[in-house]
Amino acid sequence: MSTKYLHVHKLRRVYVWEKPVRIYHWLNVVVLLALIITGFYIGNPLAQLSTKEASDRYTMGWFRYVHFVAAYIFFFNFLFRIYWGFVGNKYANWRQFVPFSKKFYKEMWYVIRMDILMLKGREHMSIGHNAMAGFTYFLTFLAFLVQCLTGFGLYAAMSTWWFPKLFAWVPSLFGGDIITRQIHHWAMWFFILFAIVHVYLVFYHDYVEGRGEMSSMGGGWKFIEEEVFERNHHQTPNPTKDTK
Amino acid sequence: MNDASVKQPTYYEEVERKGYSRRDFMKFVSMMTAFIGLENSAIGDVAKALETKPRLPVIWLHFQECTCCSESFIRSSHPIVADILLDKISLDYTETLMAASGVQAEQAMKNTMTKYKGQYILCVEGSVPMAADGVYCMIGGKTSLQILEEAAEGAAAIIAWGSCASNGCVQAAKPNPTAATPIHKLVKGKPVIKVPGCPPIGEVMAGVIVHYLTFGRIPELDKLGRPKAFYSKRVHDSCYRRPFYDAGLFVESFDDENAKKGYCLYKVGCKGPSTYNACGVMKWNNGTSYPIQSGHPCIGCSEENYWDNGRLYERASSFAGFGIEATADNIGKAALAATGVAVAAHAIATNVRKKKLIFELEKEGQKSEKELES
Ligand code: SF4
Repeated sequence: MSTKYLHVHKLRRVYVWEKPVRIYHWLNVVVLLALIITGFYIGNPLAQLSTKEASDRYTMGWFRYVHFVAAYIFFFNFLFRIYWGFVGNKYANWRQFVPFSKKFYKEMWYVIRMDILMLKGREHMSIGHNAMAGFTYFLTFLAFLVQCLTGFGLYAAMSTWWFPKLFAWVPSLFGGDIITRQIHHWAMWFFILFAIVHVYLVFYHDYVEGRGEMSSMGGGWKFIEEEVFERNHHQTPNPTKDTK
Repeated sequence: MNDASVKQPTYYEEVERKGYSRRDFMKFVSMMTAFIGLENSAIGDVAKALETKPRLPVIWLHFQECTCCSESFIRSSHPIVADILLDKISLDYTETLMAASGVQAEQAMKNTMTKYKGQYILCVEGSVPMAADGVYCMIGGKTSLQILEEAAEGAAAIIAWGSCASNGCVQAAKPNPTAATPIHKLVKGKPVIKVPGCPPIGEVMAGVIVHYLTFGRIPELDKLGRPKAFYSKRVHDSCYRRPFYDAGLFVESFDDENAKKGYCLYKVGCKGPSTYNACGVMKWNNGTSYPIQSGHPCIGCSEENYWDNGRLYERASSFAGFGIEATADNIGKAALAATGVAVAAHAIATNVRKKKLIFELEKEGQKSEKELES
């Protein structure tokens, strides 16, 4: 009986992504898609073939409306995520993202060697994000900042609400709306490239680790080998004090 | 006011002397009041200021520029502007319009600077070249910077006319060989009013002066130092083609059917949505028209760096340093393709380098599956 299971891993179900994290993630997917599609349209609208009078349509108006609504959701969703980085579980903690310790850089370098350069050695088995992934999400935080600052900065001039007006200083910092709009446009490409690499790497981890990486953002669980669990309760960087 | 200035005739006296009627004068006053964004009730204040206050001593300097600001100013829709505000009696020194020349002219400037120290308005048209010790623009043996510094010293306020003086304009375009520098970067400790535009609207220019005259202080400025009354709205916000924009109806090329129909010029490069100016409201040439009305997209001439930030007839985001054809989207697409290739390469490498790992995982799974079968 025991020989039979010798090569079969005993897996432990770990609740990695809490529900708020999952909701944040999928809301972000929807909103980013909406922002990118409407953003492309606003940047270069399609020629319309219709005989309707101008007064009967509002195409650009609707695209912009969706863009602005999505932008608000994007912004507050991200704010919530930052908040959750302080109150959520250890995999959601801000320490997973901000590279401030030696250990973090060490792990990042290890991930680069094992998963990107594919050198031989002991596989890197993390439970939540590995350090490299965490750092990439940190970059998305920065891109988020850039997009919100430039976006709301451009929006401020046409808004009557005080909130977007808080960002009115942004275009003057860069020297006007023309350049601000361009920065806003360039930064969008970060999200597109990020999404591709992100989705690919989820496939990759699912494929080479076989622990349900793909479905983890659905149910929140990952299945961790008992020996990994034992060997290192917590392999991800910057352990908080509740990690023993 | 010191004695010297009290002896000066008031604007109204000059208006009368020039043969304008009271009615003309009041028309001018109400127009100016509306332009500078004041209420009807302020018409009296403006009229009173022009009636009682002595004319403002003005020194108007010309550096690296094309004189389009002066041209615009003297073509301001109301003749009183040109006649009174800019006439030689108001301008103590301006290279292009004064009668005096040479030593006489320099003397006139000196006199104003000493006589009205702390009172005169310094208007600067053009940018200051800082490269090669300023030799690119010298007048009377002095560099622009020297002249500016001397004149700024005793000025009550400085008006930077046009895009050259406000942000450098085309001569500051990359690589900016003469190191053309806007005024606010050179003068410290004096209020600088930026009136950008290439040129700025004549009425706007007059409005700034009348505001100063009436209230004795500079108009309220925005974060970039421009008078709020004229630069707080985008050209796009007051554009009569805006309904076509909102409807999504655009001119696709200059000679198409849509252009004839007067659709929005966004896709042929209109910078109206990023340009803060009053063109749509005040218009040009006595309120006749403005670029968009004549079928030409706004090029954003009053915005900083408009010459370097992308092309005039396209809205595509350019990418400085990546060649003239590179737009943000082209580079994005190239990056996208590169990412795709990298991902594919990584996927292949994964199957090669991590063969053993994947094989073991598959074996492990197959084993369980077999056991279920048996
Ligand atoms: S023509 Fe220019 S300013 Fe007018 S609505 Fe179109 S984009 Fe805006």
